[in-house]
Amino acid sequence: MTPAIEVRDLVKRYRKAAVNAVDGVSFDVEQGQFFALLGPNGAGKTTTISILTTTLSPTGGTATIDGHDIVREASAVRRIVGIIFQRPSLDMNLTAEENVRFHAILYGLYPYAPSYGLMPAGYREQVMSLASLLGIADEIQKPMRTFSGGMRRKLEIVRSLMHRPKVLFLDEPTAGLDVPSRRTLWEYLTTIRRESGTTIFLTTHYLEEAEEADTICIIDKGKVVSFGTPERIKSDLVQEYVLIDADDRARLREELARLELRSDGGGPFRVHVDSRHTHAALKAIDTPLTLVRTHMPSLEDAYLEIVGKVSE
Amino acid sequence: MSEVSAILTLAHRDFIKLLRDRARIVSDFAFPLIFIGILGTSLQAGFGGATSFNLLHFVFTGVLAQTIWQSTALGVISLLMDREQDFSQEIFVSPISRYSIIFGKILGESLVAFPQFIAILLFGLIIGVPFTIEKIVALVPAALIIAVYGGAFGVLVLSRLDNQRQANQIFPFVMLPQFFLAGVFNPVMNLPLPLEILSKLSPMRYAVDVMRDIFYPSGSGVALADLSTNLAIIGVEFVLFMLIGTAGFVRAERNR
Repeated sequence: MTPAIEVRDLVKRYRKAAVNAVDGVSFDVEQGQFFALLGPNGAGKTTTISILTTTLSPTGGTATIDGHDIVREASAVRRIVGIIFQRPSLDMNLTAEENVRFHAILYGLYPYAPSYGLMPAGYREQVMSLASLLGIADEIQKPMRTFSGGMRRKLEIVRSLMHRPKVLFLDEPTAGLDVPSRRTLWEYLTTIRRESGTTIFLTTHYLEEAEEADTICIIDKGKVVSFGTPERIKSDLVQEYVLIDADDRARLREELARLELRSDGGGPFRVHVDSRHTHAALKAIDTPLTLVRTHMPSLEDAYLEIVGKVSE
Repeated sequence: MSEVSAILTLAHRDFIKLLRDRARIVSDFAFPLIFIGILGTSLQAGFGGATSFNLLHFVFTGVLAQTIWQSTALGVISLLMDREQDFSQEIFVSPISRYSIIFGKILGESLVAFPQFIAILLFGLIIGVPFTIEKIVALVPAALIIAVYGGAFGVLVLSRLDNQRQANQIFPFVMLPQFFLAGVFNPVMNLPLPLEILSKLSPMRYAVDVMRDIFYPSGSGVALADLSTNLAIIGVEFVLFMLIGTAGFVRAERNR
């Protein structure tokens, strides 16, 4: 099956910039996946999305969306992607429905008609069913400025799904949302993905949002620093160990070697065992211990650590 | 067909955005009325008698053309600011052609300029600018031509700029000298050669002159050139501005 997104050695250097904003990034996203591009501010996430959605030309490398080259087949790519921008992309002077209608016409789904009533029945049904799915059907004819931040995001989702995109890009969609709105947004996205098989490409700098993803790609300074399932990233990044020490360090060192427990440090010793085997390992040690401390960082700690390391 | 729908949609959007923006409507109408009402009236009161030429009418025709032309030019340039805001982000990622975006924007901004044209015309009638029905009928297509021509100039300026901040910075240098070089308020009949050259290079000059061709009887010597000459120049410049501007805009948009 063609990957939903295929990125190879992508490079972008902005005019008059000294360094590459995106610096040789490669990855694949399978069809129907929930993919998270994670990284601190300025890592190159928005630049990557802008290139993949054809609003920015790459300086080097290639990328395809559902097999279509983003440079040579830009128009085909635009037809099959949906985007939720980092900044709100709604006209406040228009009603919610007008924002959706104009989108639908620009995507060639329906011919132009000057009012909602004159639009084809198919359009009206589609708007109402998507709006009900996201719980904003009652407000759809109201002016945009009466909408709360969370409702605006929901409307942007309704709009982005009108043309049934194969890939839905979300550029930090929860920025500025409160916790309940953020949570419901994720529930809706999960529902939509399950029902339509849409590939979801999310950028975020919140790690907890990425933890739900099938695949996480961490970038920093325009480079991929880690890639894989959340579990794999966790095992790559997170080092679990038990820190132990004894008054008789020489004896403890010998004992650790005899028990074939991998360790480092000259005391305290870092013993590399995962949490399931910690108890057995400790039981096997006869030397009286003066210190036992387990080190089990969260993915968040690991993320901060890796991003911090690269930034130095 | 879908491109035509897209152009109509973009124009529709611009127009209803104007209708629902009271503050903008007020400011759009205030400036021309100030120019005509205060500048035109005071010039006429001060010098009108001595010159035995109606300066109020002169300022009125000038401001009428300048307002329409500038309204569409600035409206099109606002695409720069839009690109990073509101619904326009959607326009730029939608599958419609970049040329449709430009055409839709010019059409929309021309629609936006039209209520201004009507308002200034009404104001003119109230303060006693003499109009015949034939003249008013002839002014409508002239206003449309001026609007579209202003839009093309906007596209040319747009293609040379990176962002709205730049646009705000160069705006006074692009627009203000043209007020005077085009003869909106002042005569540009007998200019010294350097100014004469600048005046002829100023696109607004032809917009203003078309308006005066229609308002003043032919042979009255108020307009600088006859209607067909002005329309020919506008036609040539329109095509040039659109070709250079659109090509530059499409290229600049993706190669940031």
